[in-house]
Amino acid sequence: MYSPQIVVEALLNGLMLGAIYALIALGLTLIYGVLHIVNFAHGALLTVAMFMVWLVCARYGLDPYLAILVVAPLMFALGYGLQRFIIGPASHGKDNGILLVTLGLSIIIENALLAAFQSDTRTITTDYSFRVVELGPLLLSFPRVVGFGVTIATTILLWLVLHQTDIGKAIRAVAKEKLGASLVGISVPHVYAMTFAIGCACLAVAAGLLMPSFYVSPKTGAAFVLVAFTIVVLGGMGSIPGALIGGLLIGVVEAASSLFLGDSLGQIGIFLIFIVTLLVRPTGLFGARA
Amino acid sequence: MLEVRDLRAGYGGTEVLRGVSLDVNAGEVVAVLGSNGVGKTTLNKVLSGVVPATSGTIRFNGAALEHAAAPEIVTAGLIHVPEGRKIFPNLSVRENLELGAYCRPRRGRAAKVDQVYEIFPKLKQRARQYAGTLSGGEQQMLAIGRGLMGEPKLLILDEPSLGLSPLMVEEMFALIARLAASGLAIMLVEQNVVQSLELAGRAYIMENGFITLSGQASELKSNAELKRAYLGL
Ligand SMILES: Nc1ncnc2c1ncn2[C@@H]1O[C@H](COP(=O)(O)OP(=O)(O)O)[C@@H](O)[C@H]1O
Ligand SMILES: [Mg+2]
Repeated sequence: MYSPQIVVEALLNGLMLGAIYALIALGLTLIYGVLHIVNFAHGALLTVAMFMVWLVCARYGLDPYLAILVVAPLMFALGYGLQRFIIGPASHGKDNGILLVTLGLSIIIENALLAAFQSDTRTITTDYSFRVVELGPLLLSFPRVVGFGVTIATTILLWLVLHQTDIGKAIRAVAKEKLGASLVGISVPHVYAMTFAIGCACLAVAAGLLMPSFYVSPKTGAAFVLVAFTIVVLGGMGSIPGALIGGLLIGVVEAASSLFLGDSLGQIGIFLIFIVTLLVRPTGLFGARA
Repeated sequence: MLEVRDLRAGYGGTEVLRGVSLDVNAGEVVAVLGSNGVGKTTLNKVLSGVVPATSGTIRFNGAALEHAAAPEIVTAGLIHVPEGRKIFPNLSVRENLELGAYCRPRRGRAAKVDQVYEIFPKLKQRARQYAGTLSGGEQQMLAIGRGLMGEPKLLILDEPSLGLSPLMVEEMFALIARLAASGLAIMLVEQNVVQSLELAGRAYIMENGFITLSGQASELKSNAELKRAYLGL
């Protein structure tokens, strides 16, 4: 057996990785909650954001955390444009139309990245990539501690935007009552695009947090988004607290199962928890009951 | 104030409005009456820009609105309180009211909310509650209050009495009378013919996408055809 210290350390590091999963899931669940579609391009867009961070760092020598300040506005604009001028018009207002368009988009993006960067993996090394933070007797990975803090801050910021600003209230209104929203003069296409843009900006934050300790290749995003999909369903489709708690939970479960079952089986725990939750609570942890 | 000429619209291949013309003048209460399914709600949706017109014109205070999008129409002061209320159930009562003024500057919004609370003291008591938890009558008040927040020059009310208890229906008509007395132009779309004709100055009767009858409400009240069709007399 492992010493309690190793177990606690592993679980805390898992919890903090889970925070980054949560950030990816946050955008996905927000888009689902408002547009009522599963965004199949989310993984490819995460890859785009990671490449952007990599480019900014490799070319201009910027720190990956600072790169977030550059990449987040770019991803926001990209998300807005994609939804407003491509996904929205191409789907003709039909939900399965949007679904297919986002799926097509993910294939296009992935192949464009393959053409531009080949399938090599790219990394950024910073002098803190392997640094640890001492918390009493515990040793925690510095990038994960930062990731955890930034995720919590981003979630609070998102909550404030959704509850304190006009556009945030409009987003929540459109999520549940499109006609009513139009009749007070809210432009639904604009709100859809803003929602998509916010989801993409969350991906930029996640990308900046991941790059100091992960690599990027044109397929990287897909692996993360599979976990994010699981989190969204686990937490309750469209629920922001659900995505946060679900993400943290998945991080802990993954860490526990890799510790006890070995690295290669780490993800089995995730899907076990997933299946058990859905058997007990089909709407997810925070999902509205039908 | 509102001039609608030969308006046509529909869904997919089926035409629902087949050439509707009507007017609402400043300060007037105009009733648009007709049984279920004749196209009253469709007319309101075309007027507020959520269903496109296929032909015809809509002029509102001189501006051509037949191709305008909903935000432009709301900004012009043509405000539609829809059938079935369509309030935001996941937002608080106060947030619902605030969003009513989405197209207006933020300044003065709090004062306007207070004015609505004066008209509907019930809403003030429920200010922090989710709108979805309100009773049907309260939801209707909220929908009208949200409409007032948009600073209407003309308020379209689609079936405000639908689904309310008889007592609430009385209260609702009394309220509409008070709004009208304050000088607000109102287009009242109803199936409740008797009470609407009491309140309105003029009325239009709609059947299958046409206006078949129009005139002073007092004259229509004694119209034999109308009595037969709607009042069962
Ligand atoms: N969204 C829609 N799609 C297709 N047909 C519709 C839609 N809404 C209403 N209709 C049809 O249009 C006709 C008029 O409906 P409506 O305008 O709601 O009438 P009213 O408000 O007078 O009861 C009805 O036959 C109805 O079935
Ligand atoms: Mg109707």
